[in-house]
Amino acid sequence: MKYVVGFFRFWYDFVVGDDWRVAAGLSVAFGMSALLAHHGVPAWWFLPPAAIGLLGASLWREVRHSSR
Amino acid sequence: MLASVATGSKAASVGGVFLIVSAFLASAVEMVEALTIVLAVGVTRGWRSTLIGVGTATLALAVVVAALGPALTLIPISVLRLVVGALLLVFGLQWLRKAILRAGGFKSLHDEEAIFARERAEAAEARVEEVAGLDWYAFVLAFKGVFLEGLEVAFIVITFGSAQGSIPLAALGAAGAIVIVGTAGVLVRRPLSRVPENTMKFGVGAMLTTFGIFWGGEGTGVSWPGGDAAILVVLGFVVLSALGLVRLLRWQRERVEAVTAVPVGVEP
Repeated sequence: MKYVVGFFRFWYDFVVGDDWRVAAGLSVAFGMSALLAHHGVPAWWFLPPAAIGLLGASLWREVRHSSR
Repeated sequence: MLASVATGSKAASVGGVFLIVSAFLASAVEMVEALTIVLAVGVTRGWRSTLIGVGTATLALAVVVAALGPALTLIPISVLRLVVGALLLVFGLQWLRKAILRAGGFKSLHDEEAIFARERAEAAEARVEEVAGLDWYAFVLAFKGVFLEGLEVAFIVITFGSAQGSIPLAALGAAGAIVIVGTAGVLVRRPLSRVPENTMKFGVGAMLTTFGIFWGGEGTGVSWPGGDAAILVVLGFVVLSALGLVRLLRWQRERVEAVTAVPVGVEP
């Protein structure tokens, strides 16, 4: 059991990393992008600011935590 | 017709250069970190078991690339680009996040000399346990150091290479870094503390994020204006935004330190 937990923990840390909210936010952003494209809306402008916004939010949480 | 073929091949060569540079830089950063561990273990515990650990890890990584690489080429290109784009974007944002926190002063820079000293002290304290004629501690530590640091690079080589349609080109970039960093390590026999690791990490993070956005976008059905040339525009946007975030973090750190007169953050 210990090894199974260790295995999944390793892959979680490897893929998701320090902030799970970034990975979760990216899933939502990809979904939104697909939705826009599916409805024929030009969606090329959506992902770049979404990715940078998620990065900025993650950094902001870390900075606030470190500044306390 | 000829003009479009020329534009297409130019875009493909730009993609190829990005591919080699990204694989090279990512490998170099991870190799510098692995080299520090290997040197500390080898100097303290002897080289035989350490080098066998390094060789076994390298073989294991080669198996991962050889097994997953061809498997990925069987996936339809649109699905592949979505999966690869998402993975590269997650990796890229992780690399950028760490690099920005370090550049902004909220995380200490990677100090290879300090890590070397710590690993040496731990290796000297651990008792000798022989398994199959090997110093097990040295073997396991060298194996883990190379395999774990190399796994992310293997993923970058596989995903980046398969989405760009050239795993060998990505492997070439990674192999170049392994040869250069390995040779430098053998020559100086000290951790490569002068390598600008954070700048390289920032560069790799920006490139992975850019390709993650581009391919992930294509995978969700986005049509990029200007085709592959949009990669350069996205890269410019990502780099400028990331540099802006570094400035913002530095400004915030100075502001907090001015108010509290206490240094902020700086944890490894």
